[in-house]
Amino acid sequence: MLMGLFNHWIVVVLMMIGLYIVIAHGNLIKKIVGLTIFQTSVFIFYISMAKVDGGTAPILMANVSQYANPLPHVLILTAIVVGIATTALALALTIRIKEAYNSIEEESIQEQNKKQASEPDELDPRSDPY
Amino acid sequence: MLLSRARLVWLFALIVSGLSFIVSALLLQQVLMSGTIIYELGGWDAPWGIEYRIDKLNGFLLLIISAMSTLVLFAAQTSINKEIPAEKHTHFYILYLLSLTGMLGVVVTGDAFNVFVFLEISSLSSYALIALGKDRRALWAAYQYLILGTIGATFILIGIGLMYQMTGTLNMADLAARLPEVAQTKTVLTAFAFVITGVCLKLALFPLHLWLPNAYTYAPSIVTAFLAATATKVAFYLLIRFTYSVFGVSFSFTTLPLQFLFMTLGLLGIFVGSIAAIFQTNVKQIFAYSSIAQIGYMVIGFSISSVTGLTAALLHIFNHALMKGALFLALGAVVYRIGSVQINQFQGLGQQMPLTMAAILVAGLSLIGMPLTVGFVSKWYLLSALIEKGWWPVAVLILIGSLLTLVYVWKIIEAAYFKPSLSTNSTVNEAPLAFLIPIWLLVIANIYFGIDTRLSVEVAHSASESLLQAQGLVIP
Repeated sequence: MLMGLFNHWIVVVLMMIGLYIVIAHGNLIKKIVGLTIFQTSVFIFYISMAKVDGGTAPILMANVSQYANPLPHVLILTAIVVGIATTALALALTIRIKEAYNSIEEESIQEQNKKQASEPDELDPRSDPY
Repeated sequence: MLLSRARLVWLFALIVSGLSFIVSALLLQQVLMSGTIIYELGGWDAPWGIEYRIDKLNGFLLLIISAMSTLVLFAAQTSINKEIPAEKHTHFYILYLLSLTGMLGVVVTGDAFNVFVFLEISSLSSYALIALGKDRRALWAAYQYLILGTIGATFILIGIGLMYQMTGTLNMADLAARLPEVAQTKTVLTAFAFVITGVCLKLALFPLHLWLPNAYTYAPSIVTAFLAATATKVAFYLLIRFTYSVFGVSFSFTTLPLQFLFMTLGLLGIFVGSIAAIFQTNVKQIFAYSSIAQIGYMVIGFSISSVTGLTAALLHIFNHALMKGALFLALGAVVYRIGSVQINQFQGLGQQMPLTMAAILVAGLSLIGMPLTVGFVSKWYLLSALIEKGWWPVAVLILIGSLLTLVYVWKIIEAAYFKPSLSTNSTVNEAPLAFLIPIWLLVIANIYFGIDTRLSVEVAHSASESLLQAQGLVIP
């Protein structure tokens, strides 16, 4: 019973590790790593869901009648693409944050934001920032 | 050359958005006349292929989203000239149209997995749009939104996977037919919890709203107006779609204490959002927090789960888009002229920008819920739905919440009309026509739909009636 759900245990453990990293770590890159682990656990969940006992890969072959369900594979291919886009965007944002704040630690960024908020006003009316 | 290209791209975006508005209006008319329209993508039959399914509910949402996006785009060119460097204008419009595509896609599709994909298209482009804001805090806001938004979307993905595991289908209509058989299993309960939590993150329902205030405050003005008028509405649509159509009312509202939960969170959202709004000094932030409160009103209407309650929620989606669209566009005009939305910079603007400030006044009154504006209509329906059920205390709390709205709207009015103008602002002129036309179209719509409620109420009412009818809860 317990071993029969082995793949699900892996998924749950990975999911928790990922979420924990996102929440507990202040480093922006580490947060992205956590997010990726979290997303990957869902990919594994979908892929293991598609497994059919005694079935082969969903490629048409002679003298085989049982195939794994190809649909979750296809779905998760899309989700992987979405995940890559998210990671790329997050990393690009981190680069911009590093340029603007000279730090990728959440604590330092929040401190700088607080300092900026307590300053009187952000912009001179007629100045052009560009 | 560069300038003319930016103009061309703008024109293209405007035409695309305008066309989708016309198509949405025609679609809604057709749906109201002849019932649900189904389009099979690539010619594959429904449970296997992906289908687009337009009923009254998503026809209504399509109209709201495309109309708001078109109106916001009118002002876009003037506004982003000032807020975004010229070489990024093309990218801005690409992202804007991608975001619009994603939102329209979420609304039209009848396939649960497709919802996730479209949701991520619109979310990813809106993270990038928010990061375009010129304050460096925009980057931080976009990053936070990205983390929370991705967690929300992944939750939805898990929920969809669990549903697929139990039923072997991704088509929403098919899911609705097959889920009742397995409704008592823990897997379906877990799927429901994951989907609803994910959607509520995207919706910014209190206490999952933490990404919203900063994202709205530091994004470019146009982006704020666009997202405030559309993005949370799309997530709210998903909430209605999943609870009412896919899982079914009897499962959503009887198996779990969802009614109590959502009503409490809605009320807390109204009070926390409004009180936080009162203490802000940045006007964009005031209205960002007010959005959290307004989402509370929608969620309360939703949680009543009667025809009147759902009508109130749908009406408030429509009305809130009109109010917040007008308010954030007017703030965009203020940013265009004085470069700041700090409340102390508003002093004397009542004389210097009379039309813009009048728009904020009228839209603000609508937010409070004055009679003859749309805000009154949706609150009226909400109150009558509550009284229908005999939930007096909630009705009273909602009225107290409206008084809080009065406080923060009054703060802005007071600064704009009753304080002497600042010397640095002495040369400020009225906003350009590119701003005034969409702002006043929205303000007039605020008043028009407050007096002549036939269109909005009728569509909202028949949409909610058909949602509950499908569950056999309303005798036709």
